[in-house]
Amino acid sequence: MKKTFENIWNFYYEGFTTMSQTGKILWFIIFVKLFIMFAILKVFFFPSELSRYDNDEQKTAAVIHNLTERVIETTPPSLNSN
Amino acid sequence: MDFLSLTDASRLQFAMTAMFHWIFVPLTLGLGFIIAFMETIYVKTGDEFWKRATKYWMKLFAVNFAIGVATGIILEFEFGTNWSNYSWFVGDIFGAPLAIEGIFAFFMESTFFAIMYFGWDKVSKKAHLVSTWLTAFGTNLSAVWILIANAWMQYPVGMKFNLDTARNEMVDFWAVVSSPVAINKIIHTVANGYTLASVVVIGVCGWYLLKKRNFDFSIKSMKVASIFGLISLLVVIATGDKSAYQVAQIQPMKLAAMEGLYEGRECAPLVAIGILNPDKNIHNEEPPYLFEFSIPYALSYLAGHELNAFVPGINDLLKDFPEKQAKGKLAIKSLQAYTEAKNTGDTANAAIHKTTLEENFKYFGYGYLEKPEDAVPNVPIVFYAFRIMVILGSFFIVFFLINLWLTKKQQYPQWWLMLTILSIPLIYICSQSGWIVAEVGRQPWTIQDLLPVNAAISGNEASNVITTIILFFSLFTVLLIAELKIMFKIIKQGPETIE
Repeated sequence: MKKTFENIWNFYYEGFTTMSQTGKILWFIIFVKLFIMFAILKVFFFPSELSRYDNDEQKTAAVIHNLTERVIETTPPSLNSN
Repeated sequence: MDFLSLTDASRLQFAMTAMFHWIFVPLTLGLGFIIAFMETIYVKTGDEFWKRATKYWMKLFAVNFAIGVATGIILEFEFGTNWSNYSWFVGDIFGAPLAIEGIFAFFMESTFFAIMYFGWDKVSKKAHLVSTWLTAFGTNLSAVWILIANAWMQYPVGMKFNLDTARNEMVDFWAVVSSPVAINKIIHTVANGYTLASVVVIGVCGWYLLKKRNFDFSIKSMKVASIFGLISLLVVIATGDKSAYQVAQIQPMKLAAMEGLYEGRECAPLVAIGILNPDKNIHNEEPPYLFEFSIPYALSYLAGHELNAFVPGINDLLKDFPEKQAKGKLAIKSLQAYTEAKNTGDTANAAIHKTTLEENFKYFGYGYLEKPEDAVPNVPIVFYAFRIMVILGSFFIVFFLINLWLTKKQQYPQWWLMLTILSIPLIYICSQSGWIVAEVGRQPWTIQDLLPVNAAISGNEASNVITTIILFFSLFTVLLIAELKIMFKIIKQGPETIE
């Protein structure tokens, strides 16, 4: 078992250490991109709207409120056909 | 910022992110199999040429994969921030396929991806070949789950709405994954990816031939790509025909918008080329086209598989709008009344409202639409995108056939080689147009008939969404420039740099 893990480790280690210059640039781009996405965009610009509620009951109540209020606010009383 | 409403800003952002993501996905889907074919020839023949060819296309595959990977995650951020009502409303139906995609396909492709790149000379030839095929299947499997989720939004089946949680719950997993819309969409979309990748391979080889270099490599790669591309495109056309038939049955408004058809008719012709009348709308009697060249009976055949089938127009489909709107409003108000009754312990009234909601749930989304035109997608965008897709799709059949013939002769006129390079942006335009038809055509619905965009969005400020649009646009532009620069560098170096 230990030998298997060692082989897997060596496989990845050798792969990464002998990687071409292009491969290194690509990994750099991947890490920068993931950092921007998860450490900046997700944290500062994309909070989950429903995460401010503590539990599913509150989330349900908030969504039902949104869904039921919107129809009343946006729909005029008379039906307008062509 | 009044120039863009919150709904439109959220839609714009989602569209932009999805279209950017789709720049990378189809090439990954198709190039994976082209690489696998080439490596299979190598393993079967032992010819080192095919090993070099495989390694070269693998390099381009890696660049595309690396830049494209995780761009789809931003869509999931947007679900939580801009589309929170939608995210909650779809419940586990949307979440399950995405979770399966993340756990199964992503890990599968990542594992075998490593063997594919690091495993040359470390594992046996056959084990390496298996990894390459599994990487190709893994990337396609990722797409399958996403497409199942997308198909469900267009044709929601296999679920039941739970009034207590305001979520749709999956009651029949098999109905969701085997829905005819999902199956057709999967085949149509992945085959489109194979076609796109084939055109990219042909275009790159065309550039080499134009530069009078790598002749043998280019001819052999072109042969593989032309055969694969032609077969794939025939599949795209066959499933496209099926898709039009399904749209006619399930989303007739989308078909009417695709055709700019306001008044329904039997023996309906298909507008092959046309210019829409910009003054035409559902309220006037203006002619729908300024110019049109039509194929007699073709639309009826496409929609109903009969030459005299009746194809409803936009105005026909809006005739029952007031009734649907009233039922939708009743359904939404019943949800409100049910919740209030339940909260006050009035079980008898809660049961009545529950029954009313269930009876009218089919039209739930119509309660959010103010006027009939709100149920009509943007006709010009859908109409022109459909024509761009079909005209370019037809062009590519001829393209593959001529390229196969020239490859057999091993003689390419210079203008043809230039055309192969020009075909790369054309196939991307064709592919993106297909998505525009599918997604703009289903507006205003995020979930067909159940949830329009104006009910699906969160209560953000439009200015916040516009700020993130600008951020994304900047980030995406940098990423795209990075990809193109690396790609061009590898292409310029050519396959001779491969050991």
